[in-house]
Amino acid sequence: MAFVDDYPDAAQIVRLNFGVSFLMLFVGALFGVIQALHRTNVFRGFISSTQYYTVLTGHGVFLALFFTIFFLTGLFTWGVVNSLERPLSSSSFTWTWFLMMAFGALFTGVAILGGLVPAIPFKANVLYTFYAPMKAHPIFYAGLAIWLVGTWLAGADWFRSFFQWRSENSGERIPLQTFMVMATMLMWYLATLGVAVEILVFLLPWSLGIISQVDPLLTRTLFWFFGHPVVYFWLMPAYFVWYTILPKLAGGRLFSDPLARVVFILFLILSTPVGFHHQYMDPGIPEGFKFLAMSNTMFLLLPSLLTAFTVVASIEHGARQRGGKGRLGWMRALPWDNPAFAGATLAGLMFAAGGFSGMVNAGLNLNYLVHNTLWVPGHFHLTVGTASALTFMAITYWLLPQITGKRLQFYGLATVQPYVWFLGMTLMSNAMHRAGLAGVPRRTAEPQYQNVDFSSVIGGVAEFRMQIAVGGTLLFLGAVLFLAVVVGTMMAERGRGQLRVNGDIKPALSGPDDSPRIIDDFRVWTAIAVVLVVLAYGPPIVSFLSNGVFAPGSPPIPV
Amino acid sequence: MEIHKFEKLWLVAALALIVGFIATVTYGAAGVGIEMVDEEGGTVDAEAIQNNEYGSQPNFKEPGVYQTGQNEYDVYVVSQQFLFKPGTTSPITLPAGSTVTFYITSADVIHGFEVAGTNVNAMAVPGQVAQITVQFDETGQYGIVCNEYCGAGHHTMEGSIEVVPQSEYEGGQ
Repeated sequence: MAFVDDYPDAAQIVRLNFGVSFLMLFVGALFGVIQALHRTNVFRGFISSTQYYTVLTGHGVFLALFFTIFFLTGLFTWGVVNSLERPLSSSSFTWTWFLMMAFGALFTGVAILGGLVPAIPFKANVLYTFYAPMKAHPIFYAGLAIWLVGTWLAGADWFRSFFQWRSENSGERIPLQTFMVMATMLMWYLATLGVAVEILVFLLPWSLGIISQVDPLLTRTLFWFFGHPVVYFWLMPAYFVWYTILPKLAGGRLFSDPLARVVFILFLILSTPVGFHHQYMDPGIPEGFKFLAMSNTMFLLLPSLLTAFTVVASIEHGARQRGGKGRLGWMRALPWDNPAFAGATLAGLMFAAGGFSGMVNAGLNLNYLVHNTLWVPGHFHLTVGTASALTFMAITYWLLPQITGKRLQFYGLATVQPYVWFLGMTLMSNAMHRAGLAGVPRRTAEPQYQNVDFSSVIGGVAEFRMQIAVGGTLLFLGAVLFLAVVVGTMMAERGRGQLRVNGDIKPALSGPDDSPRIIDDFRVWTAIAVVLVVLAYGPPIVSFLSNGVFAPGSPPIPV
Repeated sequence: MEIHKFEKLWLVAALALIVGFIATVTYGAAGVGIEMVDEEGGTVDAEAIQNNEYGSQPNFKEPGVYQTGQNEYDVYVVSQQFLFKPGTTSPITLPAGSTVTFYITSADVIHGFEVAGTNVNAMAVPGQVAQITVQFDETGQYGIVCNEYCGAGHHTMEGSIEVVPQSEYEGGQ
């Protein structure tokens, strides 16, 4: 019996979330290749350099917020239902959050597309970070707020399932997948307070003319209060996959369940009090708070380094179960022709590279060399753009048959797709990192200047541009291959042949009972997380507010 | 809770790496003295800057280069859509071997002030003054680019710094 037969309502919600997610992926990827060709001056016929910023806003919002987070809500709905073995409790509640998220995304998306389509009377060329005093149309902020509240309700839905499960299973440990969902959502509730206050108290009333000024440094700080933990909101579903599904795909079992829980607790505790590391270059923030954010950020390496160990150990265990031998020779025994395995594993490999460039970003003084250069998008295309995105695509190959009851179509395309993505990202990202070291700025339609030629870049300017253009094109091809497989499978008929996959997950080699019970007590971990946030953000925010909530203020400047 | 022997080793190595990183950053800040942008520059009234009323601002001056000591200079820069004042219409000229403190603010939206290929990099935030001290040892021309998106003409926003030999220096601008 597939998931869709056991839980048809939940399967439908998962399909709908994935549907919105993949639509966003298509538009975002299309905008991505247009940018890659435009800014490298390979082809500038699609858009003008002014419209470039509309396309860039769309690329950021559609991919970083909507593709990733609609995927998360789909995946977590599956994970909670699958691991608690019970359907969601109220379909009207579930539909409420899904529709809020969908309509919120629609409003924001339409406001952005207004920059390309003259018939739409809105504009929101403010990029994914929407820093004041740049002003978007109010519908842009309103859409984001509605979407955000939708994500909160989604979390409430999963917690509700958990509490119902708990009332019937009082002595048991929380199933690992549900544990991960809960840790992730608690982190999200804490982190999104920043952006919720930014939008609801400041930017939305300001864009409507109800208040005349906002403090740009305060709103920017509130954005980054949310803007770094959102990174973990992209990453934690990938970790969820790497810990709970990837070992099975490799042919084995998870190495350690307790360590997986510890890793998610560390993310809950440390994800939020780090946002100032995006503001190392900002005036108005005392060095001490930048320093505190830096040390917290460095400690955030710990859960990722622990993950590297546990995931690799689990994969090795799987390979040896499959008959793999030798110190490194076991790798040959892995199912590299299974797209779900290959995609998730290549994504993890690339995340290691992204982790190293992230360590450079986190270094308070090294950051002066790379801040706002092309190095930074080079970094996060390895993390969210591959560790998350490629894992999501890969696990779709495994999950889609279970939520549709249909065998995966175009299996050959699916098999090559992760390699196309990996190759494209290798080309694009290494070139972006090198260009950034020479000072080429990010977020620029035409990085060609009279006073700077960036000739110090290793390999030369023409070479790095070509790698970005070719890499970006391959990535777009990778997205199209993925979508062809998804659409082909969705359109296929049911019942043709047996499903090749199932959602049964074997327990870890070291099970949850090997860990102290306090690990499952989220009250403790949430309290610690709140204390750290108050220490990191309390004093600076109080000092920003001391000269007036809206001062030093700036009036809105539409762009 | 049982932790595998290799996992323990890995954990210790990971913690050593993290502590090592924090130590190098601390050394960079405290030992080498790499200066950082912080709250030292104070705040200004963004609207006064927008209206060129620099005299009314205790933390700011008319944009330009001011000599403050033997080899010391202050440079006040206003970033606005889509130019640096000074820097864009005429280069910021400085003598080699000088120590220069930049005071950077914005007249409209957030901009970036990046001397390309160096670690001179600061955000220009309306209402705030970014203060950063730099040593210019070698003569030559340095490009300034705005590295924070600031509107439709963002990609045209650039300027330059001209560092000339001490003997040829004839006051700022």
